[in-house]
Amino acid sequence: MKLTLRVWRQKNAGADGAMSTYEVDGISQDMSFLEMLDTLNEELILKGEDPVAFDHDCREGICGACSLVINGDAHGPERTTTCQLHMRSFEDGDTIDVEPWRASAFPVVKDLVVDRSAFDRIIQAGGYITAPTGAAPEAHATPVPKPDADFAFEHAECIGCGACVAACPNGSAMLFTSAKVNHLNVLPQGAPERETRVLDMVGQMDAEGFGGCTLTGECATACPKGIPLPSIAAMNKEWLRANRKAAKR
Amino acid sequence: MNNFAEYATGEPVVDTKAPEGPVAERWDKRRFEAKLVNPANRRKHTVIVVGTGLAGGSAGATLAEQGYHVVQFCFQDSPRRAHSIAAQGGINAAKNYRNDGDSIHRLFYDTVKGGDFRARESNVHRLAQISVEIIDQCVAQGVPFAREYGGLLDTRSFGGVQVSRTFYARGQTGQQLLLGAYQALSRQIAAGNVELHARTEMLDLIVVDGRARGIVARDLITGKIDTYFADAVVLASGGYGNVFYLSTNAMNSNATAIWRAHRRGAYFANPCFTQIHPTCIPRTGDHQSKLTLMSESLRNDGRIWVPKAKGDTRPANEIPEDERDYYLERIYPSFGNLVPRDIASRAAKNVCDEGRGVGPGGQGVYLDFADAIRRMGRAKVEEKYGNLFDMYERITAENPYEVPMRIYPAVHYTMGGLWVDYDLQTTIPGLFAIGEANFSDHGANRLGASALMQGLADGYFVLPSTINDYLARTSFTEAVGPEHPVVQEVLAETEDRLNLLLSVDGDRTPDSFHRELGELMWEFCGMARTETGLRKALERIPQIREEFWRRIKVPGTGEEFNQSLEKANRIVDYLELAELMCLDALHRSESCGGHFREESQTADGEAERKDEEFSYAAAWEFTDTGASPVLHKEELTFEYVHPTQRSYA
Repeated sequence: MKLTLRVWRQKNAGADGAMSTYEVDGISQDMSFLEMLDTLNEELILKGEDPVAFDHDCREGICGACSLVINGDAHGPERTTTCQLHMRSFEDGDTIDVEPWRASAFPVVKDLVVDRSAFDRIIQAGGYITAPTGAAPEAHATPVPKPDADFAFEHAECIGCGACVAACPNGSAMLFTSAKVNHLNVLPQGAPERETRVLDMVGQMDAEGFGGCTLTGECATACPKGIPLPSIAAMNKEWLRANRKAAKR
Repeated sequence: MNNFAEYATGEPVVDTKAPEGPVAERWDKRRFEAKLVNPANRRKHTVIVVGTGLAGGSAGATLAEQGYHVVQFCFQDSPRRAHSIAAQGGINAAKNYRNDGDSIHRLFYDTVKGGDFRARESNVHRLAQISVEIIDQCVAQGVPFAREYGGLLDTRSFGGVQVSRTFYARGQTGQQLLLGAYQALSRQIAAGNVELHARTEMLDLIVVDGRARGIVARDLITGKIDTYFADAVVLASGGYGNVFYLSTNAMNSNATAIWRAHRRGAYFANPCFTQIHPTCIPRTGDHQSKLTLMSESLRNDGRIWVPKAKGDTRPANEIPEDERDYYLERIYPSFGNLVPRDIASRAAKNVCDEGRGVGPGGQGVYLDFADAIRRMGRAKVEEKYGNLFDMYERITAENPYEVPMRIYPAVHYTMGGLWVDYDLQTTIPGLFAIGEANFSDHGANRLGASALMQGLADGYFVLPSTINDYLARTSFTEAVGPEHPVVQEVLAETEDRLNLLLSVDGDRTPDSFHRELGELMWEFCGMARTETGLRKALERIPQIREEFWRRIKVPGTGEEFNQSLEKANRIVDYLELAELMCLDALHRSESCGGHFREESQTADGEAERKDEEFSYAAAWEFTDTGASPVLHKEELTFEYVHPTQRSYA
C-alpha cells in the first residue's frame, strides 16, 4: 500500500505546531498502525530528519500509552487501541490524518505525545482504598456478591488512555473518573471512603481543567475497553448522595 | 579468536544470609533477627525505587507507609503503564480454598521442581508462605478478582499443576494487580511520602565507598541529566527479554538499570535462563515490532499439528487428516498437547526447522479447534475462548473458528537477573533488586502464574522487612551530594555516552542494530543452543558492537524529547548483556528448564540435567566491556525437594 500521511508536528510544548505531509510506500496490510509509523520513522532518521514522536509501549492494547487521533477519531476507525489497529482498515492510496489527543488538560509534549498526568492526580485525590500493607483481613472474610464483583471489574478495565477526553467535544474526563469511582464504591472494602472519594476525585477533575459533561456519549463510543456511558450517571448519583450526606452533617 | 569465553572462576558465594534450620521457620527467623529502624528515624532515610510495576509499585507504597521517604522513577508517562499490566493468566496462592490438598509445602515443591532444581530452596519456601498474604492484601485494596455466585473467590488450575490455586481477574490479572499497587502508591504520592519522577529513566548507579548511594537519571522530556541521592537503591526495572528484539515484552522495557548496576559491581546471575512461551502469534514480516502472547489455556482444547510433507503450501483445510502430523500427541502420548512450555516450544522449532512450518516464512504451527468445535459445539468454544479468538482475528484477520490458528514460540520472561541474597540485596551493599530484575525464585524455568506472585511478594512483604536491617546497621554520616568527585565522574560518563551516540552520525538506525542483534540471539541463544552456535554468536557480537559505534545514526539533540536517543542508549547495554548471556549458555553445558543444550539430551531428545556439575547459580562479575567476566558459583543444596529428571512421555 501507498499512503499519504498528514501528521501533527510540534517541537515542544511551547512551540507552534502544524500538519506535515509524508508519503509512505510498501505498507503491508498486516502491519499495525504503529508499525506503519515505525516505517516512516526509519526513513526519516536515514534522511536526517526528526522522527515523529508518539507514545506507545505494550502494543497489545492494555498499557494505555498509545494515543492518536486518526482521521478525527480517537484510536481511529475501529473500536480498539491504536496499537491494535491494523493497516487492513485502510485502502491503498488513502490520505490519513494523525493528530495528538486534543484537550486543554492534556498539553502536547512533542508531536503526537501529550501530558496525561492530570489523570494520575485524579487517582491521587481518592482513587484508592486505604489498605496499608499487612493490615488486610483474610480474603474470604468479606464475600462480595458476584454481580457487584462483575460491576467493579467492568469499570476497573479502564486503561487510562484518555480517548474519552479526546473524543469529547468538551474535553471532559467524566468517563475516566466515573470508572474508578464505580469500581471502588460498589465494593464493601471501598465503602468507608465512598463519599470522600467521589467528592475529592470530581473536585480534582474540575481543578485540572477538564470540561463539563453534556452527555454527548462520544466518550463511551471511543473507549477501547467499553466502559459504559451509564457509568457517568452512576457517578453523578454517588456525588449527589455524598453532597447530601455532607450537608446533613 | 575470541577470548571473552576464557573466563576466570573466582571465590564461590558462600553466605546467602538465609538462616539455618527448618525451611518453614527461616523467614520468621530472619525477620526476627533483622534490626529495625525506629519509626521516628525512618523519615530521615531516603530510598530510591526504580520502576513502578508490581514489584516497584508495591515496594514504593509499602516503604512510604512505613515512614520512609521514597523517591521513585518510571520511564513511562505514568506509573500505571509498567509492563506487569500485560500479564494475563493469574496469580498462584496456597490458600487451599478448594480443599484439594494444596498447601504451602506443595506450592514450594511445585516451584522448585518446575524451576528444574536451579532455585534456592529458602527463597522459594518464603515465596509460597507469602503467597497467601498477597491475596488478602489485594482483596483489601479492591482488586476485582473473579468470584463465584456465593461471593467467594474463584480459582482455576494453571500450567499443568494438579491443584486449583490460581486466582484471576478474567484475562487481565496483571492489570488489576498493578492498578491495586498503583493506587496504593498514588495514595502515598498524595500524602507527600513518595516523590514520583515519571518519564525519567535511570542511566547509571552511584556507588560511593562501596555502597549504593544514588542514581543518574534523564528527564525524557527536557533531556536534562540529573543525580539523585539516597541511603539505599531498589531496582524493580523488570526483565531483559528485549535483548531478542522480538518478544512479548513492552517496546520500552529494557535492561539499562540492571546492566549499569552490573557494571558498577552487582553480580548478574544465570543470564541464559530465559523463558520461551509456546503460544504466541507468529510474525508476519520484517516490519514486526513485537509479539503477542495467546493464553496457554488454548492448549487444553486445541490440537497442534503441521503437514507431514515438507513445503506443503496447501491451505490447512485442504490437507487431509492422514497427511497431518499431530506431533505432540505422537511424541508425548500421555501429555499430548499439554506438555510444559519449554518442551512444546522446542518441538515447534524442530518441525519448523525440518521445513514443515506453516504460514509466512514457515515459522508457525497450527493450533486447530475443529475437533473441539465438533465435540463441544461452537457456542461452548466461544464461551471458553471467545475473547482470545477475537484478539487473534484482530491481529491476523483470520477467523480461528474456520481456519486453524497459527502459533509460534516467543521470548516471554527472563528468570536470570541481578544476583541477590536472601534479603534481596545485590553484591553492592545498599542496592536491592526485586521482581523480574533479580534471579531469585524461578530457577531455570518459571511456572505459569508465578511471576505476579514473586513481584508482589518481593515488593509488599520481603523487601520492606529486609531493607530495615541494612538501614539500621549502616551509618550514613557522610553526605553524598552532586559535588562529590565520584558523582561528578559518573555523571560525566553518562553525558559522554549520550554525546557520543549523538555525534557518530552514521548511516544505520538504532532499530536496525537492535533487530540484527535480536536475530542473532534468537538463532544461537534461543530455544536450542549448541557450543558451535554460541561460539559463533560470541564472535559476532563484538563485531556488531564495533559497527554500532561506527555507523549509528541518532537524530536530534540530547536536550529534548528524543526517542531515538533513548533507544540507542538501551541498545548499547543489550550489546554487552547479549555477550554475557551467550557465555553463560556456553559454560552451562547441561540442559535445564528453559536452557536447552543440544549436546545434553536423553536418548529420546529430552533435556538432561547434570547435577554433579551444575547444581549452582552462576553469578558473573563484570570486568570491562568485551573482557571476560569472573564466575562466582553459589552451590545449591536440596534438603526438601530432591532432584529428579522430568519425564512427560
